[in-house]
Amino acid sequence: MTTTSPLDTYLTDFADAARDYHAARAGRDPEWIADIRAEALDSFRELGLPTARRGNEEYKYTDIRPLVRQGFSPLLITDRNSAVAAPDLDLDQLRIGPAEWHRVVIVDGRFAPELSAPDGLPDGIAIGSLAEGVHSDGDAVRAHLARLADYTEHGFTALNTALAAEGALVLIPRMTAIDQPIQVVYISTERTQGAASMPRTLVVAGEDSSAAIVETHVSTADDAHLTNAVTEIVVGAGSNISYCKIQQESEATYNVSTTLVEVNENANFRSMAIDIGGRLTRNNLTIIMAGEGGNSDVRGAYVITRDQHVDNQVIVDHVVGHNDMNEIYKGILDGHARSVFHGSIIVRPNAAKVNAMQVDKNLLLSNDAEADTKPAFWIYCDDVRCGHGAACGNLDEDAMFYLRSRGIEEEEARMMLIRAFVSEVVDAIQEPSIHDHVAALIATKLDNL
Amino acid sequence: MTTVDETIQDAAPESNQELKSIANQDYKYGFITEIETDTVPPGLTEDTVRLISSKKNEPEWMLEWRLKAFRHWETLLEKEQLPDWAHIKYPPINFQDIIYYSAPKQKEQLASLDEVDPEVLSTFEKLGIPLEEQKRLAGVAVDAVFDSVSVATTFKEKLAELGIIFSSFSEAIQDHPELVRKYLGSVVPYTDNFYAALNAAVFSDGSFCYIPKGVRCPMELTTYFRINTENSGQFERTLIVADESSYVSYLEGCSAPIRDTNQLHAAVVELVAMDDAEIKYSTIQNWYPGDEKGNGGIYNFVTKRGKCLGARSKISWTQVETGSAITWKYPSVLLQGDDSIGEFYSVALVKGRQQADTGSKMTHIGKRTKSTIIAKGVSAGEAENTYRGLVRVNPGADDAWNFTQCDSLLIGDKCGAHTTPYVEVKNKSAHLEHEAFTSRVSEDQLFYCNSRGISVEKAHSMIINGFCEEVFKKLPFEFAVEATRLLELNLEGTVG
Repeated sequence: MTTTSPLDTYLTDFADAARDYHAARAGRDPEWIADIRAEALDSFRELGLPTARRGNEEYKYTDIRPLVRQGFSPLLITDRNSAVAAPDLDLDQLRIGPAEWHRVVIVDGRFAPELSAPDGLPDGIAIGSLAEGVHSDGDAVRAHLARLADYTEHGFTALNTALAAEGALVLIPRMTAIDQPIQVVYISTERTQGAASMPRTLVVAGEDSSAAIVETHVSTADDAHLTNAVTEIVVGAGSNISYCKIQQESEATYNVSTTLVEVNENANFRSMAIDIGGRLTRNNLTIIMAGEGGNSDVRGAYVITRDQHVDNQVIVDHVVGHNDMNEIYKGILDGHARSVFHGSIIVRPNAAKVNAMQVDKNLLLSNDAEADTKPAFWIYCDDVRCGHGAACGNLDEDAMFYLRSRGIEEEEARMMLIRAFVSEVVDAIQEPSIHDHVAALIATKLDNL
Repeated sequence: MTTVDETIQDAAPESNQELKSIANQDYKYGFITEIETDTVPPGLTEDTVRLISSKKNEPEWMLEWRLKAFRHWETLLEKEQLPDWAHIKYPPINFQDIIYYSAPKQKEQLASLDEVDPEVLSTFEKLGIPLEEQKRLAGVAVDAVFDSVSVATTFKEKLAELGIIFSSFSEAIQDHPELVRKYLGSVVPYTDNFYAALNAAVFSDGSFCYIPKGVRCPMELTTYFRINTENSGQFERTLIVADESSYVSYLEGCSAPIRDTNQLHAAVVELVAMDDAEIKYSTIQNWYPGDEKGNGGIYNFVTKRGKCLGARSKISWTQVETGSAITWKYPSVLLQGDDSIGEFYSVALVKGRQQADTGSKMTHIGKRTKSTIIAKGVSAGEAENTYRGLVRVNPGADDAWNFTQCDSLLIGDKCGAHTTPYVEVKNKSAHLEHEAFTSRVSEDQLFYCNSRGISVEKAHSMIINGFCEEVFKKLPFEFAVEATRLLELNLEGTVG
């Protein structure tokens, strides 16, 4: 008797769906995007998803076979104008952030103009649907879409590129500053149960611009679905851009987020990854230091419990020299949670005068939790200063004793130390509204451990 | 300030010239000894394994074990399960081109050193280890392995008085089969990895050491390895067992002659420490690294592992790796006994086209186990140096403690220094710290030395010796002197 498992059939299932999607969009989208989709589909057929357990260094501690076994089927929206009743959503209940933020909301793979608030932005700034942007801002989108996200090497990126139908586009012209954060929200409702969505975000920040971007993944129901997101961010020369990605989906969801950032000369880029939701979350963050004088501050905080699994793969690639980079990830693990951190600092030949520091620290609150960390260097240039550190342990007994000796209850003392541990990361958020929002989300999660 | 800069720049080309001439000098320890050897034709089949076993008069169980290992190795080869994860590049090895057995022809059993082939003796003299000198002066027992068979063993009787067994592996199989059988493969099973399987199938000889309960070995035990016959891979196997409350310090040093074809060396070292026992294992590895274009040189693919089986036992690895075209070794400790301690101190210096992928693995199994890893990597020329390590805390290993520090220095802009540590923690009471830093030799330090009349080259040598001092001071005295000298010799011609 032969049985076919989703592990054997996922490739054809996804590829067939992509073929149907491409056929449905034929003639309706510009030719260049059709070409990219077709190439990505070919790549996906060749690459598949990284399910191998032997010799699969990038997924050494994260087995994605459970994800594939779920047999998620792609959420296909071949006609984005077709009438589908917008679900009745109360954004306040979803805790996605203050109402003043400039917002692009995508619900179940469809741009939701009624929930989005792209107004009140300075002239020239365009935020909205990527699918519309392909038509309205063709040149800008064409110049950058799928430029950084290499679909010829990574299966998940190829799959997203072949199937992505909708997403968010953020175009910030040169010399423009925005006071309120721009938020891109991907909401999954119960309608996406068993489905795979492919959110795609493109952010292009012009020279000397300044903006804060928040990307939030949230779900309204406890159903299992797959989010396979790709975000490309071009940080223009001399600009000052912060990017905060918040994963607050339900603990039944699978989320693979691939983010690629190009930091050009004299630009300042700050990244923050907050992981509190999801059953399995895999963040692939690649930052390319493409111009001299750049500065990157890369941070992450994860608070996970029960069967949650969070895997942060962070590559900072110094293609040229004279760059600074500081990276710190911190995690709190309870229950049967498992965290993976794999940081790579690459310094290419001749990329002299690079200062890079990388740290991962984990606090284990349960004996069933597991933390796997791998802070790595790949250095091909001698004139550098690179350091890394990793630490793993329980709460400091001396600190506990100090607090207890001052009459603080044990539980309260414990919470104080746990909050202090994670605040090293969170307190680096410079925008007050984002800081308060993230701190509140983490506090709620800590209360529910 | 400009005048100072100019002075340094002016000084540099001059010293460069001088350095180049030193760099171009031939590998000091490269020479070939012309002696008759008993060699089997190249190639590896089940018959080769049987032949090796029968040549050594091995008991049936030993042959069986070799055959099991060989069959396992064959399946790995078929499935192409060769270790490919290390950051090293080399052409595929044809395992059928290798000679798996070669031994100096012995006329009869030798009663004293006088009867040893004079060619062999003079080889050791060239290497700076005249056996008789050693015997008389150093108080060091030498089990000299020439190609694959022990030719002379000294101090054996003295050690025997204390009940210490120190002999070649072949002798141990004949004289102490119960001990060998009990511990062989108990730390590195033949299923461990491709090269461990190969070694188990074809190992020709090596050293065996047993320290009885409560005995503190009065001298450093030493083995010199030497690869000689062209195309012969050397497959050594070392097994050291330290019984309760015993102590032993073991030294291993090597040098090999110039050859054009690559030579494979796949050794296995197993250490077992019982309750309260301590084993200190030190290595200086200075095999032929290949010429400046990267031709030739030794492939050093070694599996070294110690097992702290007993409570409060301790295993300490110290290594200075300056030779070989490729070094692939990860001396590890399984911390099984409660309160056991594992240590790893390493200096890896690569230059020219050398490649080193080395580090350590500490597996915490018992409670309150402690481990320390200090690894110093120096890269020069076009060489690639990778630290690869794993610290693992199993669920039952309460209150485990680890400190890891792996630093790299880069000399020149064509070399690479890489660090890939793995940390896996499955117990909340674990306390782990990892630190690493990579940079070049500080310009301020160089300037300080230069301003005091110390040449660029001498200053580099001083600074790098200082960088490695933490490891050197863990070496036994006679090795520490040799290590410093070796480092200086290797750095010549790389700086400027």
